[in-house]
Amino acid sequence: MLLINCPYCGERPEPEFVYGGQAHIARPTDPRACSDQQWADYLYLRDNVKGVHNERWRHTHGCGRFFNALRDTTTDRFLATYEVGHEPPATLKGAHS
Amino acid sequence: MSQPWRTPAGGRINRHRELRFTFDGRELTGYEGDTLASALLANGVHLVGRSFKYHRPRGILSAGPEEPNAIVTVRRDAARVTPDLRATEVPLYAGLDAISQNRWPSLGVDVGAINNLLSPFIPAGFYYKTFMWPRGAWRSLYEPKIRAAAGLGRAPEQPDPDTYATRFAHCDVLVVGAGPAGIAAARASAKRGVRVILCDEQPQFGGSLLAEPSASTALIEGQPAEQWLSASLKELASLPEVTLLSRTTAFGYFPHNFVGLSERLTDHLDSVRPGQPRERLWQVRAKEVILATGALERPLVFPGNDRPGILLAGAARTYLNQYGVMPGRRAVLLTACDAAYRAALDLRSAGVEIAAIIDVRERADGALPEAARRAGLTVHSNATVVGTVGSQRVKAIRVARLDGSGAPQGSIERIACDALLMSAGYTPSVHLFSQSRGKLVWNDAQQTFLPGEPAERTHCAGACRGVFGLAAAIEDGRGAAARAGGDVSGSSKMPEPAAGEFGGILGALPQPAGKPVVKAFVDWQNDVTSKDLALAAREGFRSIEHVKRYTTTGMATDQGKTSNLNALAIVAGEIGKRIPEVGLTTFRMPYTPVTFGSFAAYTRGELFDPVRTTPTHEWAVRRGAVFEDVGLWKRARYFPRKDESMHAAVQRECLAVRNGCGMFDASTLGKIEVVGKDAVTFMNRLYINSWSNLAVGRCRYGILLRDDGFIMDDGVVARIAEDRFHVTTTTGGAAAVLGMMEDFLQTEWRDLQVWLTSTSEQWSVIAVQGPKSREVIAGLVEGVDLSNAALAHMGVAHGRICGVPMRLFRVSFTGELGFEINVPADYGQSVWEAIYAAGQAHGITPYGTEAMHVLRAEKGFIIVGQDTDGTVTPHDAGLAWAIGKSKSDFVGKRALERPAMQSIERKQLVGLLTGAPHVVLEEGAQLIASAQHRLGERPIGHVTSSYYSATLGRSIAMAMVRGGRARQGETLYVLADGQPVPVQVTSPVFYDPQGTRLNA
Amino acid sequence: MQRFSGLTLLRRGLSGQRGWQPQWRRAEPKPSYDAIIVGGGGHGLGAAYYLAKEHGLRRIAVVEKGWIGGGNTGRNTTIIRSNYLFDESAALYDHSVKLWETLSQELNYNVMFSQRGVMMLAHTVHDVQVSKRHIYANRANGVDNEWLSPDEARRICPLLKVDDIRFPVMGAAFQARGGTARHDAVAWGFARAADALGVDIIENCEVTGFLRDSNGAVAGIETSRGVIRAPRIGVSAAGHTSVLLRMVDVRMPLESYPLQALVSEPVKPIFPCVVMSNTIHAYISQSDKGEMVIGAGTDAYTSYTQRGGLHISRHALEAICELFPMFRRLRMMRAWGGIVDVTPDRSPIIAKTPVPGLYVNCGWGTGGFKATPGAANLLAWTIAHDDPHPINAPFTIERFRDGELIDEAAAAAVAH
Repeated sequence: MLLINCPYCGERPEPEFVYGGQAHIARPTDPRACSDQQWADYLYLRDNVKGVHNERWRHTHGCGRFFNALRDTTTDRFLATYEVGHEPPATLKGAHS
Repeated sequence: MSQPWRTPAGGRINRHRELRFTFDGRELTGYEGDTLASALLANGVHLVGRSFKYHRPRGILSAGPEEPNAIVTVRRDAARVTPDLRATEVPLYAGLDAISQNRWPSLGVDVGAINNLLSPFIPAGFYYKTFMWPRGAWRSLYEPKIRAAAGLGRAPEQPDPDTYATRFAHCDVLVVGAGPAGIAAARASAKRGVRVILCDEQPQFGGSLLAEPSASTALIEGQPAEQWLSASLKELASLPEVTLLSRTTAFGYFPHNFVGLSERLTDHLDSVRPGQPRERLWQVRAKEVILATGALERPLVFPGNDRPGILLAGAARTYLNQYGVMPGRRAVLLTACDAAYRAALDLRSAGVEIAAIIDVRERADGALPEAARRAGLTVHSNATVVGTVGSQRVKAIRVARLDGSGAPQGSIERIACDALLMSAGYTPSVHLFSQSRGKLVWNDAQQTFLPGEPAERTHCAGACRGVFGLAAAIEDGRGAAARAGGDVSGSSKMPEPAAGEFGGILGALPQPAGKPVVKAFVDWQNDVTSKDLALAAREGFRSIEHVKRYTTTGMATDQGKTSNLNALAIVAGEIGKRIPEVGLTTFRMPYTPVTFGSFAAYTRGELFDPVRTTPTHEWAVRRGAVFEDVGLWKRARYFPRKDESMHAAVQRECLAVRNGCGMFDASTLGKIEVVGKDAVTFMNRLYINSWSNLAVGRCRYGILLRDDGFIMDDGVVARIAEDRFHVTTTTGGAAAVLGMMEDFLQTEWRDLQVWLTSTSEQWSVIAVQGPKSREVIAGLVEGVDLSNAALAHMGVAHGRICGVPMRLFRVSFTGELGFEINVPADYGQSVWEAIYAAGQAHGITPYGTEAMHVLRAEKGFIIVGQDTDGTVTPHDAGLAWAIGKSKSDFVGKRALERPAMQSIERKQLVGLLTGAPHVVLEEGAQLIASAQHRLGERPIGHVTSSYYSATLGRSIAMAMVRGGRARQGETLYVLADGQPVPVQVTSPVFYDPQGTRLNA
Repeated sequence: MQRFSGLTLLRRGLSGQRGWQPQWRRAEPKPSYDAIIVGGGGHGLGAAYYLAKEHGLRRIAVVEKGWIGGGNTGRNTTIIRSNYLFDESAALYDHSVKLWETLSQELNYNVMFSQRGVMMLAHTVHDVQVSKRHIYANRANGVDNEWLSPDEARRICPLLKVDDIRFPVMGAAFQARGGTARHDAVAWGFARAADALGVDIIENCEVTGFLRDSNGAVAGIETSRGVIRAPRIGVSAAGHTSVLLRMVDVRMPLESYPLQALVSEPVKPIFPCVVMSNTIHAYISQSDKGEMVIGAGTDAYTSYTQRGGLHISRHALEAICELFPMFRRLRMMRAWGGIVDVTPDRSPIIAKTPVPGLYVNCGWGTGGFKATPGAANLLAWTIAHDDPHPINAPFTIERFRDGELIDEAAAAAVAH
């Protein structure tokens, strides 16, 4: 049971949250301009990173808000959590492996 | 004489309270404070179990959780039967009834011991090489025999009457292990005033101190050890921020410093109050964890090392000093470390004859060996044991000298004894540290794995990180507490280990050359010998994980606590690698076995999952309703009258709705209030429908897709105001729909000013349906003109009913004139009862979900999740008309444009009519095109809904069929049980296709 | 290959079980092969075996970054069944069950396939509908599956509690041909048989990159033990598939989740079949050794840690204790975690990739063990023919683009 730092509420246990998958996957603004492949990529392709993963959580049983997190999927340690619409902390970004 | 092997005095048992107990029916006595093992030894009982594979007689090897041999079943009553318990961990209580396991007909005479004779033919992994012929015999013959021979105790067959508790706890410092290091760490932490939890698996705190003789002269902080212990515990107990948990095992170390503790509450009690929990699962989130888990003594691997009477030296010392029990009258110590000499010295002081001390090391010249010599004990260094004598108890050992190369040489001396104490040295207990994913590092000096870089906020102290000796452990405990408190000045560097005192050797003792015929056990419980390990290595199993799995070493209920390092060393020797190159198997939870019941704790029966009930639930219960589970909800399925079958009740309820009036509790439907100036934009983007043109006061049937184009949910949506929608969802879909709405709103469409509120629990929804429904409610409703002109089908109005504010929907899921009355949930039951009373004159009939399903099927209305399955598009379900054609986008729209989604071969919703009107098709039955099914011919569809319609006087069915809409009029065949049934494909709307009734 | 039988065991018993050869050689990587399988689990070893056995390839290597069978092959609850809903799935899984039925003889290695029967409980009206749809669909596809009333279910599994529980049992679907097998033996048996056909099994060999030729086709792998060339490479790496395919710039519709399982201490035989409940999330069987083997669910988040949360294993035991209240007194002996690669439609991918010469077998989610021989057999076919077998033809990567999902999970979706 992870301990997750909601940017709005502070540290709370995992059962209060719902995992929201990879972060920063924007729905194409003009779906009609997408090819079938591009649309499928948006729907289904995920980085599935082994390492630092950019992901979303929702504090469903708390403030109800979505937020983003950086978590190392090889240790499950959180490096940061941050609000929707923000970029991840620059120092931690892009540590894909 | 009772308890002939008990010392006249001493130990931490309560000699004033004698307890009677039985072992295999034999009546024995022990004392309060005994374990079953110590009580058995006090009675001279050494034969307590049979091994897993060879059924070898086995005694008590250890005095703690590492015990591989002394495994018993304890029976408190007919239902409270617990198999596979370690006698060394079972607290004695008055009337304890223990039974040995894995033997027939008796422990002394066990037919299974024939396996011991067959052992040359059944080495490690033998079952992979045989039992393959004839093919069917594995299942019918071999496997049942193997299964019958395997297993240990018998599982209880009656439901467990005990209860189990759980709680969450938070602390600043969790200290695991209340030995000297742990107690020192807890005290030092508590001094800082922070919240401390100190837990220990034993009933008493003190750890290794408990095994010290009462006359011990050891000093801690200037006090005698015993005095220090009681003063420390008194101090800790007095501090409000300190929680002390004895009989509590830290069994699992999970991410983010989350630790599972299992506290045993009643197994030591003579009798248990009803409802008193047996165990409590503590789920502890600790800021810092200090592991002071000590070390476990390793046995030595030599031929015949498994006879009853052979035990670990430290265990012998524990039995003597903690329990006042002598493990024998004439003992031999076989050791590879100095620390074990204490056992010989203590036993000697208690009057046990020490026949010899065999030290396998070249020289034994430390302080303890010297002390032994001074006490007149004979020490043979540079010697080994090459065999033991005895059957159900050791009688003698055979000793050989080692030559310069370390090989046995010369004559073999036989030394008579009734106890053999052995010690290969101590293995730090790194289990929890490893579970936390801390790195284990091989330490050459100590020849063991020690904690390296931690993965969590973890600090190790004392023997579990290779710091042995009382003074050093205390110092280390304090140091760990300082580090946990953020003091970085203290060094975490380890003091130099005292050479030889605890280190010892790994692997098997040297044996004479030639073919050994006697087994030298490495894993006692699973009967894995050094020969098995060598065989595995010869057969190419070189990773330790492979060896473990092939030989099953370390996989018994003790999980290799005494065997893992020895096995590793033997394998390393066989394949010529260094131990760290062979690797260490991963430590996994639980440290020691944990009762299933304590994981489940309160979560049983009604508390297994919350029960959601609607406001009319009690009313329905009183009316004898039969309920069904839908998600967490209890929904009334039908309301049988006396002796009425479901079928009859459903027909009656359906006809009542069609001919008069029925009422139905639709409160379980999900309800979401969508509010804000951009509410209509939001709805347009989300649902397939167009919402811009929905007037205030009107409703529309909404369909929600996932972005892959498949139907996710549906429901009636009402426009309450320009900026306000009342959205209903399916019962099961409510949470997912709200989650999806929030997702889009918060992360994609952050520009929209919309607020979402779940109102599912706020509104009670009473559906009043049928031609008489208007008349029924007319007298109760205020402020709403119910006429067709004022409130047409799919209209919504505000007003009051029975004086209660309501949202009144003129909607129908039955095809009849109908209303869905939304009132605040607190008034749900009273309004329901008022409507029921008012409806009496019109024969109002409560109906349940089953009738609802039939009524809607007669109208061809789908149920998401029944007629759809996550692979159905609006086109497939015949709902393309609902799509807002002018919208450039909505969730799922792009996906619907893919070619495969347009295929006319997709499954489409149709109706089916059987030739014989009373034949009701099986739901889920498959459809084929020809009257005879050929194997391998793939079905072209399946029946999704099927009922007997009393209204129509015949059966009806809905189905998803490939290219179904174009097949109307065709005859297909339904494949279920028996012969295929011919059916005609029709429209899915069976009743009132023009909708004149619902517009009435 | 040294033959295994009761007789050889007896004969060698007379000489102290000496003379057994290594079950597979410790092969050193050669510079090149005709085909390489990346991943030494049951699926990968099996693919190598079938490539050699059925398609005549001789120069084959299996590279495994750790020890063979150490991934999900050795970390599952060993349940085997083929009662999947969609025709494509039923064909795929039943292909595997048929291979299981003769696998011990085929490999001369007792994989202990035990057709104990798999019982899948229905707790709600919706469950009953879904179960029956499965049963009728299975039968139409020649896959055995039958409906049991609660009493009939209890006749097969007398310990099962069907009443007075939060979600009473309304019946069950029962596949008698389903069962369990010994997971390690499958890896070792395939390894031994493949080795005997000349396959090189290279352990402790981690793939760090792929070689491409001028046309973009795959030409070999870079590993921790050097470069190994081959024109055809099959990736059978379960949870690590995304990581590997990323090396050739192919993103996969996969996410890797932790999946936990646990066993009790061993007890004498008491549990005759496999019992599963999708509604309350539990599955249980008894191993030959006597342990109750219990599967838990996946954690909510992706992870490569091979461990999961306490609340997940608690949830599994809550369900087990609800259905089998006598088991509350049993004790958890060992728990472990694997990494399962999950596709959006919960069906696997056995297919060509966009990179010529590179093939993939992945996406088995929580159910890959049962498919071991079948998936291996079909991956071998696909590699050998550079084209899928009709059975795995629907299980492409492109099905997601085209919307032709084989959605086993959604098919059981609950709404109302």
